[in-house]
Amino acid sequence: MSRGDYDPPVLAPEGPSDVGAGQWVYVPTRRAGRFAKWKNPIGIAGAIIVGLNVFIALFGKFIWTLDPDELVATRLQDPSWAHPLGTDELGRDTLARIIHGAQVSLQVGLISVGIALVLGLALGLAAGTYGGKIDSLLMRVVDLMFALPGLVLAIVIAGLLGPNRRNAMIAIGIVITPAFARVVRGGVLEVMGFPFVESARALGSSHLRIVGRHVLPNIAAPVIVLVSVYLSTAILTEAALSFLGLGTQPPEASWGGMLSSARSYLEIQPWLSIFPGLAIMIVVLGFNFLGDGLRDILDPRLGPHVGGAKDTK
Amino acid sequence: MTGYVLRRFLATIPILIGISIVIFFMVRLLPGDIVDVLLGGDQSATEEQKQQTREQLGLTGSYPEQYWRWASSFLQGDFGFSYRNTQPVSEILTNALPITLELVILGLLIAVVFGVPLGVLSAVKRDSAHDYVARVGGLIGVSIPNFWLATLLLLFTSRVFGWVPPLTYVPIYEDPIENLSQFILPALSISVFTLAIVMRMVRATMLEVLGQDYVRTARAKGVKRKVVISRHALRNALIPVVTIVGFEVGILMGGSAIVEIIFGLPGIGNTLLNAIFNRDYPVVQAATVLLAVVFIYANLIVDLLYGVLDPRISQE
Repeated sequence: MSRGDYDPPVLAPEGPSDVGAGQWVYVPTRRAGRFAKWKNPIGIAGAIIVGLNVFIALFGKFIWTLDPDELVATRLQDPSWAHPLGTDELGRDTLARIIHGAQVSLQVGLISVGIALVLGLALGLAAGTYGGKIDSLLMRVVDLMFALPGLVLAIVIAGLLGPNRRNAMIAIGIVITPAFARVVRGGVLEVMGFPFVESARALGSSHLRIVGRHVLPNIAAPVIVLVSVYLSTAILTEAALSFLGLGTQPPEASWGGMLSSARSYLEIQPWLSIFPGLAIMIVVLGFNFLGDGLRDILDPRLGPHVGGAKDTK
Repeated sequence: MTGYVLRRFLATIPILIGISIVIFFMVRLLPGDIVDVLLGGDQSATEEQKQQTREQLGLTGSYPEQYWRWASSFLQGDFGFSYRNTQPVSEILTNALPITLELVILGLLIAVVFGVPLGVLSAVKRDSAHDYVARVGGLIGVSIPNFWLATLLLLFTSRVFGWVPPLTYVPIYEDPIENLSQFILPALSISVFTLAIVMRMVRATMLEVLGQDYVRTARAKGVKRKVVISRHALRNALIPVVTIVGFEVGILMGGSAIVEIIFGLPGIGNTLLNAIFNRDYPVVQAATVLLAVVFIYANLIVDLLYGVLDPRISQE
């Protein structure tokens, strides 16, 4: 048994205070260290990568003005000054296509995580605040969704709905919803047990007001971390689905799709297989770094994390 | 304990039933009549022909009836027939399963064999150059898409060694060497993600365990540092590895689909994908349920093992 087990519970400090000594009270320990914790090299590296990715997705096409779908040069060129990342099997500029791919991956990431966030918040809040039968029913549904590995479920849903990007986003959103629902529910249950919720209720706050003013702000931190981590999962899954032909459809450029068509030219023009994969890896790494850093800053309780739904139990 | 195991086992049954219902209806509620798709948009097909096809496929009657028929024959080991080549689905799956199992086992073996020592080294030499390289490498490892890694490995071996793995599957009992040379690159590709997680997990638990009183006691009474690390600390640090490996078995069974396709291995994931593209619903249903079964029971076994390995964790 470690010494930590004997730590006393957090008690109100002695002395003049509107809370009696010995009572449970919120002690704002975080505030003191807030700025110290921003010294987080991994988190900052992640923020820079993510920021750069967003910038490229939004403004890249104005800086590198070649059309990603236009046949601008001879086929399968090596990288050169005119085409820094070379050209593909039809003579399209790879850099322009990578930039378009950044836009696609960001869109897919934001929309599918948005779907999961909205559904997860709704499910988690309903389960956590109403409790009882609604809770156990909703959590059974979540268990069901957790009973299949994520990529398989995404492949099956996207495949059955029909291969296009909208369906891929729906599939990814559905697949990552349970993780959000669980974290939200857990947070809600924890917050609902705190005395300030009881006080608010005693003062006559409505149910909605308690959820909106007291519960939501208190579960924001873990949810923000989750958003960052699942953005990486969503981007990775979209790339996988597009690689399989279940996501963004050619001729539109997407990183997964580019990797897929590059396979046939692996021997002749390996650069085609290298750049899109590198782009995926860097962006996913950025979101993972950012998630790691945000976790240290916002929610020290969650501990070290590695991508995926592993430790959201 | 037996009661607990039994209860946990029984608790998986409603989940399996739920999953099978979800999959069954997902396949049926799709836009378009399966029969029309099957007959290939053949406009001349008469109503009679369509009805005949429906009967053959077990698509007559209400949905609950259909589900009941499918589920009861499924439990008897009759998975139906493929729409495409009328091969029994059970035969398709029993051909595919050993391939995926071999791939997953090899991949996890690589992950554990390299991940555990790297994690231990990282923890023991905390904040050394090795530790930083391992930590950053670990984050890269979870960020690298396995299908890209597979492509890079193919590129690397063909450029440097002029060698490409054989692209037609050879069973291990026919030619073990050919078989292993075929599996080594795909196994490497799927191992990296797990390797990175195992490494990070071992590092974190090792650091925790090394700070415990009993480790200090062991050192204080004169046990050598090496022995303390390998006998006292490592044993406890390995417990979370069991969880990860069990969890990854379930994930990788279907999750290595893309790698299987790249290397031309006709495993479960590959079969499932082909079935989806061919709208071969009996195969989709059976393969998905099979993957769910593996996933659920792998997780259950891990949960139960965890309690055995670490008696501090209460079973209730």
